[in-house]
Amino acid sequence: MLSPLRTRSAVLAGRFVGHAYRLSGRGGDGASTRGRAMLAVDPNALHTLAQGRRTVMITGTNGKTTTTHLAVAALGQAATNASGANMPSGIVAAYAESEHPSAIIEVDELYIDIVARQVKPVAIVALNLLRDQLDRMHEVARIGRRWQQAFRAAGALVIANPADPHVAYAAMDVDHLWFDPGLRWTDDSATCPRCGSLVHWRVRRWACTCGLAMPAPDAWVDDDGLHFADGGCQPFSLKLPGAVNRGNAGAALLAARVLGAPLAQAAERLADMRSASGRYASIRVGGRMARLVLAKNPASWRAVMQWAADHPIIAIVNARAADGRDTSWLYDVPFEVFQGRALGACGERAADVALRLHVAGVRAIVGADLDHVARQMPAGELHVLASYSAFTLLRRQAVEAP
Amino acid sequence: MNAIRVIEVYPQLLGTYADRGNALALRQRAGARGLRVDLHVVRPGESVPRDGDLYLLGGGEDAAQALAASMLLNDGGLARAVERGRTVLAVCAGMQILGTTFVGPDGAVLTGLGLVDAEATALVSRATGDIVTRAQLDGEALTLIGFENHRIGSRLGSACRPLGRVERGRGNHDTDGTEGLVQGSIVATYLHGPLLALNPQLADVLLRRVAGALPALDTAHDDWAHTARAVRLREGNAGGLRRLAGLLRVRQR
Repeated sequence: MLSPLRTRSAVLAGRFVGHAYRLSGRGGDGASTRGRAMLAVDPNALHTLAQGRRTVMITGTNGKTTTTHLAVAALGQAATNASGANMPSGIVAAYAESEHPSAIIEVDELYIDIVARQVKPVAIVALNLLRDQLDRMHEVARIGRRWQQAFRAAGALVIANPADPHVAYAAMDVDHLWFDPGLRWTDDSATCPRCGSLVHWRVRRWACTCGLAMPAPDAWVDDDGLHFADGGCQPFSLKLPGAVNRGNAGAALLAARVLGAPLAQAAERLADMRSASGRYASIRVGGRMARLVLAKNPASWRAVMQWAADHPIIAIVNARAADGRDTSWLYDVPFEVFQGRALGACGERAADVALRLHVAGVRAIVGADLDHVARQMPAGELHVLASYSAFTLLRRQAVEAP
Repeated sequence: MNAIRVIEVYPQLLGTYADRGNALALRQRAGARGLRVDLHVVRPGESVPRDGDLYLLGGGEDAAQALAASMLLNDGGLARAVERGRTVLAVCAGMQILGTTFVGPDGAVLTGLGLVDAEATALVSRATGDIVTRAQLDGEALTLIGFENHRIGSRLGSACRPLGRVERGRGNHDTDGTEGLVQGSIVATYLHGPLLALNPQLADVLLRRVAGALPALDTAHDDWAHTARAVRLREGNAGGLRRLAGLLRVRQR
């Protein structure tokens, strides 16, 4: 189907701008810049380019990029915004770059409504809704209500996490599949999204006195594989670390299944992945190898601590727009568990990390230079836990395929 | 002397901005001075003890704030502690619910605890960013540094006074230049950070109210707080890294 002239002009404009961007040597792949150029020429480009394709949108506070990568790997191939440019400009660039009839798109939490309206997805994966970038996200409850409206308007299957009250409430009265990834983020769901009173947790299930309660899962993940309520199970193995990633992989398998991939094949394709868009990639710092991990809010730190707490760790924290300008969140990370050890502290807000570690009774090895700090860290598998902007810069050094 | 009893009021509801860090900072600081601090967490629905030495209320989201206020009104423990002259430190939503009225989730005006003479009213736009104020408390002049994030502000009545004046940022209300409030034994502010980690001098003022003269601290104890403050005071992030490198060279030990 021939897209309208306006859209074709938009795509050409995007390519031109993209070429200029790459020549400028600014790093990154310029997806958002290309996308903005396209949308300037044709504001409808996203709608037009997505037409006729089957799209799965993936959103949530933590795990969007990893899950999107896993889903594309599980499917084999798809149009995708692999670089994590997850607002409309990055998304339109993803559709322009590939004519594949399937698309798996990561979408920023605040753009679900706009993007769904234009791409008309067959499914939306809603992973979690947590406190993150407080200066930008403001209130979890408010975003949850926007999701609820977006889901109603979209008419798509919502693959939703029932263990997250805000996600569950948003998906409750639309076509949904409850997928429990295993991980619990209880601190972030203190109040009921419906009535505002306190949510109670019992044996990993939540319920409110107003009657709202955690729906029973249709699918869930454990160490064996992806289970279904009707008794089916798809075993899978994963080289990415931690329970958090088994949860992401389960969501990815479901996304691939929606787009037609048989589960067994999809699971096989996942088995070899060692990193996802830089996440968990190997980098070389201070003359030694380290694993690069994105840890941008208390929830992601707690998830990483589940599998990395015994390894030497360097925290690299900035407070640019992409990181959230307020570093108070460091005090919701239970650094006290590291008492008796030393942690590295780097980044533009290394002093904030050092102060937090001081309050936690943890020794800090502080430096402006990551290589210098890495050389002082004890032996062991070094992990660099980076906030978003620091992560973006470091992943360019990934030794493996990023 | 006995342990200092610090009461954290409903941190599950009033702890959105990691203001629990105020409790952690107090405990660490007191410990460094050889004083013991017992942290007592009051869970929503539990009674607020009236024999605490210091009460901490943090910031929270709208529905959580409204729930906290109604529970505290029903319980009465915090009001009794204030009557007995116990110090209360309240941040952001915590500050707002202590007032005569505050704003609920749907914009409704709700009844506050009435412990301070202040009303919550909407700001012209959300106030978000680094904030620096010149404050006075217990005869000490303080430069307070933190991060504010609120779309509702406070109008102070005559029975309280501002905690400080804004040097950078918004503060209590759009243009009046005041920040926080002090009334009786209550100290309230919009500064997150957490406040007491970034402002060790203020933490000491509060500890003195409970413990009297304080045993001395190692001179290097507050180095990281000072460095973190300097990074924010000078330039925020742009150049923060250069500043940090410079400050680290100065601090070499």
